Amino acid sequence: MNIIVCAKQVVDISEMKIDNSTNKPILSGLNKKVNEIDKNAVEEAIKIKDANGGKITVLTVGEADAKERMKELLAMGADEGILINPPENMDYAMLTNILAGAIRKIDGFDLIICGEASTDMFSGQVGPRIAGILDLPQITYAQKITVEKDKINAERNLGDMVVTMESPYPVLVSVTKEINEPRLPSLMQILSSASKPIQDWTIESLDVIVESKVKTIDLQGVSTDRKNIIYKDDSEDNIQKLVDNLAKDGVLR
Amino acid sequence: MILVYSESKNLTIELLHKATDLAKELKTKTIAIIIGKDDDSLAQEYIAYGADKVLQVESNLEQYKAEEYADILDHIIKDTKTQVVLIGSDKNGKELASRLAGRLDIGCIIDATNVYIKDGKVTAERVVYSGNAISVEQFNSAPSVITVPSKVFDPSPKDDKRKGDIEKVKASFEKSASIVANVAELQSGGVNVEDAEIIVSCGRGMKNKEDLKLVNDLAEVLKGKTIGCSRPIAADLKWLPEEHWIGLSGHKVKPKLYIAAGISGQIQHIAGMRDSGVVVAINKDADALIFKSADYGIVGDLYKVLPKLTEAIKAKMG
Ligand SMILES: Cc1cc2nc3c(=O)[nH]c(=O)nc-3n(C[C@H](O)[C@H](O)[C@H](O)COP(=O)(O)OP(=O)(O)OC[C@H]3O[C@@H](n4cnc5c(N)ncnc54)[C@H](O)[C@@H]3O)c2cc1C
Ligand SMILES: Nc1ncnc2c1ncn2[C@@H]1O[C@H](COP(=O)(O)O)[C@@H](O)[C@H]1O
Repeated sequence: MNIIVCAKQVVDISEMKIDNSTNKPILSGLNKKVNEIDKNAVEEAIKIKDANGGKITVLTVGEADAKERMKELLAMGADEGILINPPENMDYAMLTNILAGAIRKIDGFDLIICGEASTDMFSGQVGPRIAGILDLPQITYAQKITVEKDKINAERNLGDMVVTMESPYPVLVSVTKEINEPRLPSLMQILSSASKPIQDWTIESLDVIVESKVKTIDLQGVSTDRKNIIYKDDSEDNIQKLVDNLAKDGVLR
Repeated sequence: MILVYSESKNLTIELLHKATDLAKELKTKTIAIIIGKDDDSLAQEYIAYGADKVLQVESNLEQYKAEEYADILDHIIKDTKTQVVLIGSDKNGKELASRLAGRLDIGCIIDATNVYIKDGKVTAERVVYSGNAISVEQFNSAPSVITVPSKVFDPSPKDDKRKGDIEKVKASFEKSASIVANVAELQSGGVNVEDAEIIVSCGRGMKNKEDLKLVNDLAEVLKGKTIGCSRPIAADLKWLPEEHWIGLSGHKVKPKLYIAAGISGQIQHIAGMRDSGVVVAINKDADALIFKSADYGIVGDLYKVLPKLTEAIKAKMG
């Protein structure tokens, strides 16, 4: 079973601040990390490989520093990485044409796994777009996957119902956070992953047309100010103060 | 043309309002699409809500599959010279829109919170960075595919006298290699957190499902009666159905009072409740992030705080 996992490097949004003078989010200087759900995607790939054999390739479109993040995924158990530097002002059409172009170039794959969504953009667009470009069946929002010899079976959690799909290979699947608990690599695994290859591919080496369809024309920061009146314990007195404040705010009616 | 499609009737009606506005500006017409069995009364209703035409795509498809529906929409788009496609932003709608955009190599914006024409171009806004920013995005190619969540637009007033065409066509699509093996409905209580004025929400600080009673009791005295929860309570533990799940990947709420008990306040949870009026947090960890997003907080054990708070509020409200 040859598996491609699409994984993204994202900024740590929990640290994000808004610049009050420009009302823009401050993006520089933030820590970077692996998009959380992409770790679930790699974990699922490892489980499938452990049971069926094969190879796991991590595919990332990202800046050079994304290599550090890819190493974490190789330490978990992926076999190799392919990194492609993004063009300027990349939109989803450009990104997915690049990813699809790279996937075409990787010979013999059975399964592509994406995350349900990226934590920064949160659109879930990449997986099904790639499936559309490559004309593959797609199973999105999978919370459980069972791999059989000639077909995959996956449960899609749609909130009000669970739909179980079956598909032959090759197929694209996107997974939710609940599908598994990503492993923490051991020190040994971290050390030995240093020898796993990460190839640099260029867009020019892919047979793709990279053209923007959507342009981001503005990014406006959203900040919410809160009173932050915190009572240090749950004494009768504090509870009473809280209730009086809520009454004053007019929310107890 | 402006095409509108959603599996949900309510969403279709909401989108029709926006579609009508866009059609006026772009000097074109709106088409609502129904896929599956013929339903003339539904088609009539869509016309009453602003559709100029309803396309009933007859198919023998028992179930939705992204591959087949994308193929069907692809044909319609090409046949009708469509400029904008508005699709309801539920999970199926999002994967359908994205696939469609991929195969047509066109732009797609997921979860738009506003759509308008600016400088002659279709423009949409969406929330990014877990609610920290709004991104304004503009299409520089047509057709444009946009998904819109429920409650973003209000339906226009119903006009039963409105006239429109109903056209029936046979679906044309290629059969997908995948099959739907099973469909299991999940229990639901018809709760609508989006409309709730008061929400008492709980997270992993709850030790057992039975303890939800504490949250229930408080919600009861607040007359809000609406319970919310973090993702793990609904998605991992399944103590509450999905309709209670609040956050980035759950429901977005804006009650006048939001009480979070035993919720750590990770950015993805905050993304769903940051528009609330007054926020109260109860957490035993004084450093919990949730306190940064709260107007009032009590550092303490929710098992002690919730009953006390319930009593005190009961007394206050008389
Ligand atoms: C892409 C993505 C999307 C996500 N979408 C969502 C979403 O929509 N909604 C969502 O909620 N999460 C979402 N998450 C998950 C989110 O990151 C957090 O993991 C989750 O919100 C944590 O839930 P929690 O606060 O209930 O649990 P925890 O983080 O485990 O927090 C439990 C809290 O309870 C407190 N506590 C424990 N015992 C007590 C007690 N006796 N009394 C008082 N306090 C106590 C603890 O101090 C702690 O702060 C998403 C994550 C990702 C990656
Ligand atoms: N730059 C990228 N490189 C590789 N994979 C990506 C990239 N961006 C998104 N993905 C994949 O697409 C999924 C959904 O991302 P999104 O469509 O941005 O919500 C992620 O979980 C990844 O699996």
